[in-house]
Amino acid sequence: MVLFGLSVFLLLGFVYWTTAGISTAQTDETIAAEITGLSEQYRANGLLGIIEIVRERAKNQRQSLYLLINPLRQSLAGNLNAWPDVETRDGGWLEFSYRRPVGGMIKTHRARARHLVLDRGFQLLVGRDIQERIRIGNVLQKSLTWAVALTIGLGLIGGLLMSRNLLRRVEVINSTSREIMAGDLQRRVPVTGSDDELDRLAENLNDMLEQIERLVIGIRQVTDNIAHDLRSPLNRLRSRLEVTLMGNKNAEDYKESLHQTIGEVEGILETFNALLSISKAEAWRQENIEEVNLSELVADMVELYEPVAEEKSIFLNQVVDKNLYIRANQQLLSQAFANLLDNAVKYTPVAGNINILVRYKDSVPEIIIADSGPGIPEEDRERVLERFVRLETSRNSPGNGLGLSLVRAVAQRHRAQLALDDNLPGLRVSMSFPDLTTPL
Amino acid sequence: MRILVIEDDNEAAGYMIKGLSESGHMADHAEDGETGLMMASGGGYDVLIVDCMIPKIDGLSMVEGLRNSGENVPIMFLSALSAVDDRVKGLKAGGDDYLTKPYAFIELLARIESLVRRRNPVEVVSNLQLADLRMDLLTRQVLRSNSEIQLQPREFKLLQYLMRHAGHVVTRTMLLENVWEYHFDPQTNVIDVHISRLRSKIDKGYDTQLLHTVRGAGYCLREPD
Repeated sequence: MVLFGLSVFLLLGFVYWTTAGISTAQTDETIAAEITGLSEQYRANGLLGIIEIVRERAKNQRQSLYLLINPLRQSLAGNLNAWPDVETRDGGWLEFSYRRPVGGMIKTHRARARHLVLDRGFQLLVGRDIQERIRIGNVLQKSLTWAVALTIGLGLIGGLLMSRNLLRRVEVINSTSREIMAGDLQRRVPVTGSDDELDRLAENLNDMLEQIERLVIGIRQVTDNIAHDLRSPLNRLRSRLEVTLMGNKNAEDYKESLHQTIGEVEGILETFNALLSISKAEAWRQENIEEVNLSELVADMVELYEPVAEEKSIFLNQVVDKNLYIRANQQLLSQAFANLLDNAVKYTPVAGNINILVRYKDSVPEIIIADSGPGIPEEDRERVLERFVRLETSRNSPGNGLGLSLVRAVAQRHRAQLALDDNLPGLRVSMSFPDLTTPL
Repeated sequence: MRILVIEDDNEAAGYMIKGLSESGHMADHAEDGETGLMMASGGGYDVLIVDCMIPKIDGLSMVEGLRNSGENVPIMFLSALSAVDDRVKGLKAGGDDYLTKPYAFIELLARIESLVRRRNPVEVVSNLQLADLRMDLLTRQVLRSNSEIQLQPREFKLLQYLMRHAGHVVTRTMLLENVWEYHFDPQTNVIDVHISRLRSKIDKGYDTQLLHTVRGAGYCLREPD
């Protein structure tokens, strides 16, 4: 603002100065030329000659001023009333005020003149009325001043309006943030649609808030679930130990009981680890993301599960395009695929089949695991992705209900699309990954 | 084996030391990094078990210090942190292996015994043998009682690992990490099935069974007692 005002002022000041300057220079040149001419005349024609000329010129010229005085300071020729009451010196310039009739009245005008001393005390003054020039100068000055003032004024008003608008929007963001911090996690910062930096800031803040909300809900869920769903196995454990202590048992019985207890504890620990893995996947940490050869990963995984499938005479078929690369966390991805294959093998009946496909679909890397098991009814497909959810039909098979939760968390972490569909019959799980250029 | 346990949780250390003695080893205890460093620098131990979070000098720094002073003893890290990153940090600091809590004691035992074995001069062998089971690592031939056994590449790798650790317990996790190079938990018994497949190839129809299941621990390839 200040810079702007200053530069406008300087610019207009410069305009004024040059304009005024030119005007003054011109006048002075004219006066100087005339004085030179007159002094030549004096040398040529003497005093009488110059008196004649001055008289002539004084009569005709309106703006030109002349005064020729004798040593007694009496006027010999010219149109000035009196010698100006200012300091002069030979060849010097002076400015003074004088009176002249203007349109029936006597006015005081400013004049600029040059002084010449002819010899023997005779002095000549040649000048010009500069009142008009002064007047124009004033007008110019006034209009330029107005121009500067107006520019600065408009600038100030514009600036004020803009910053008030800005402040208002920043204040909205501030107050929304305060409300969110007070606990209302669902609030979002309003986006005005003007698509400027503030709007983008608002959008980014909202994305951040989505993530935070999701994490907090996740954490709440986990603590709820841990309390609820781990109580049962812990209770079982306790009961088993209590029962073992009752009655007469021998060393073998105790040993057996302890072995079983260790087994149960392993199960509980597995559940804990699975929960931790899910939290880690949801925490969106930046580390350990690298380029992973999806084709190799899946091929290795299938090889690991082949014997298990064979035991149930399940036909495990894979069609894996080579050298499909994605950006991923290898450990999380392996765990997710292991969970899916575990499920497939667990739920596919004897002599069923499992098909695994890794390929580009519309230039998007995709993996599909399809089995011929009972599948998941459409109304349950959202629910099963939550923690500790197990369908009625699988009540009797082993599992803690966390497998698919991890798969979902891993899919989200990798910005992949996860879909559960009917394999007609069976379950068809597909994951589509973003290409290598998408940041995670 | 003489083992030094550096752990500030006295109860956990107590259990560890008791378990180690019952397994026939001698174990000492240090409660913090400073004492641990001092005791380990004496050079009287076959393996160290170091908890990452200990007072005075933390586990990683202590191990770095030990390595810098030229101490080569095998070191097993124990930690509550389980990210791959933490594991890598531990190994970079000079540790030889890394177990996350909670761990099964049998796992700890199997692994430290394996570490010590690894350190003892091992000639580069091209042949492994146990009873009448022979493996030629160059020709990839497997023979039992001189009849050839056909193994798939993964089965070969599995048998090789078991042979290398013959007489010692090998846990499922060790197998998953070393034979498959995975770091996750499969829910189903995938490893068990691979083992039983291998067993049916090398043990079925022979008088002596070599591949044993150790309940609650893992597997062991050994001549029966």
